[in-house]
Amino acid sequence: MPILSLDPRVNRLQVEQVPEHQPPVLVPGDHWPSYQVFHQRRRGEKHSSVGIVHAPSLEMAMAMAKEQFGRRGETSNLWVVCTADVLEMDYADEEVFRTTPSKSYRDPAGYKVNEKIDAYKAKQTP
Amino acid sequence: MTNQPLPTAPLARYLLHLADDQLVMGHRNSEWTGLGPILEEDIAFSSIAQDQVGHALAFYEYLNQECGLADPDQTAFNRPESLMVSSWLVEQPIGDYAFSLVRHWCYDQAVYLRYESLSQIQDPALQALATKLRGEVKYHTFHANTWMKSLLQGSEESRLRMLTALKEVWPMALGLFESWSGEKALMEQVGHAGQPWYPGERHLQQHWQAGTLESLVLWSVDVEALGLHKVEPVLGGRQGYHSEHLASMLEEMTAVFRLDPQAEW
Repeated sequence: MPILSLDPRVNRLQVEQVPEHQPPVLVPGDHWPSYQVFHQRRRGEKHSSVGIVHAPSLEMAMAMAKEQFGRRGETSNLWVVCTADVLEMDYADEEVFRTTPSKSYRDPAGYKVNEKIDAYKAKQTP
Repeated sequence: MTNQPLPTAPLARYLLHLADDQLVMGHRNSEWTGLGPILEEDIAFSSIAQDQVGHALAFYEYLNQECGLADPDQTAFNRPESLMVSSWLVEQPIGDYAFSLVRHWCYDQAVYLRYESLSQIQDPALQALATKLRGEVKYHTFHANTWMKSLLQGSEESRLRMLTALKEVWPMALGLFESWSGEKALMEQVGHAGQPWYPGERHLQQHWQAGTLESLVLWSVDVEALGLHKVEPVLGGRQGYHSEHLASMLEEMTAVFRLDPQAEW
């Protein structure tokens, strides 16, 4: 019998050799949907999108997400959401945001209130 | 090879059962690394294997520091088969994925029950260790449950393969609860709440069986038709009697260690 691999695990598996030039045949279930994973570091903090996993079900996506995204550092909680359930905006519509960076009046930093606060403080101290 | 005899103190002996099971199970499960059915599962199963070897190390360290056993490397890698007290279940080759998953499911539920009881012990160090490690095993059981449920309720083929694996695994899973010489003495030891912390193997087995059978029924497995209720356990591991598979596994596992047993790692 020819040596398939120097890796003992491959020989142990006794994988049949795939004939060359044979196109792979996909059957239903071969391609699993993807799930978006949201990670929360500590209780009370927000869940942040951290990446995707492939899985056959929500439950399995959670089992996979724990290992892919909860394997280092602190984790308090995870969410998984089927990617198909996420409504995504079309990048062609990105222009709707074109003017927002210039609307400084919607940004708290756009208001100069420190002078007023200082004046108020001065009035409070006798 | 170290000629150190097996510990006679009941607690040390019990912890060695736990540690040897985890070491052998972890090594076997690690044989799937790189060969898992999908990338995500490969990583998950490898991490579980890594956890298990880590748990073995934690107990070997305790046995070394508190019970006078050789250092963890010597205890893990330099013992003949007859001084290993792991069960037959964990030493079996990985088989197909159905076999490995069913074994993982049976095994980690049992470990969870053991850690739960160990976390009631009086010794604060062991109590803290058991509580810490229990969290990891909780995930192992969650992972195993998810797969069991999916494949038992999946296609006809997946269900058949899982049922076949269940029949194969069950006698050896029962062997996890082999009675041993120090059992009675350990059952009398009082835990931190003033109650005995170790209920004994018979009780642990009953508890385990109630939980596993309940899940199987939930997943529409006809336990009686499968013959699980009249299975005889496979025993011997706790006394150092093993199947032919442990020796070859130890040979592979210790190959690098044996090149230089005194090397500093």
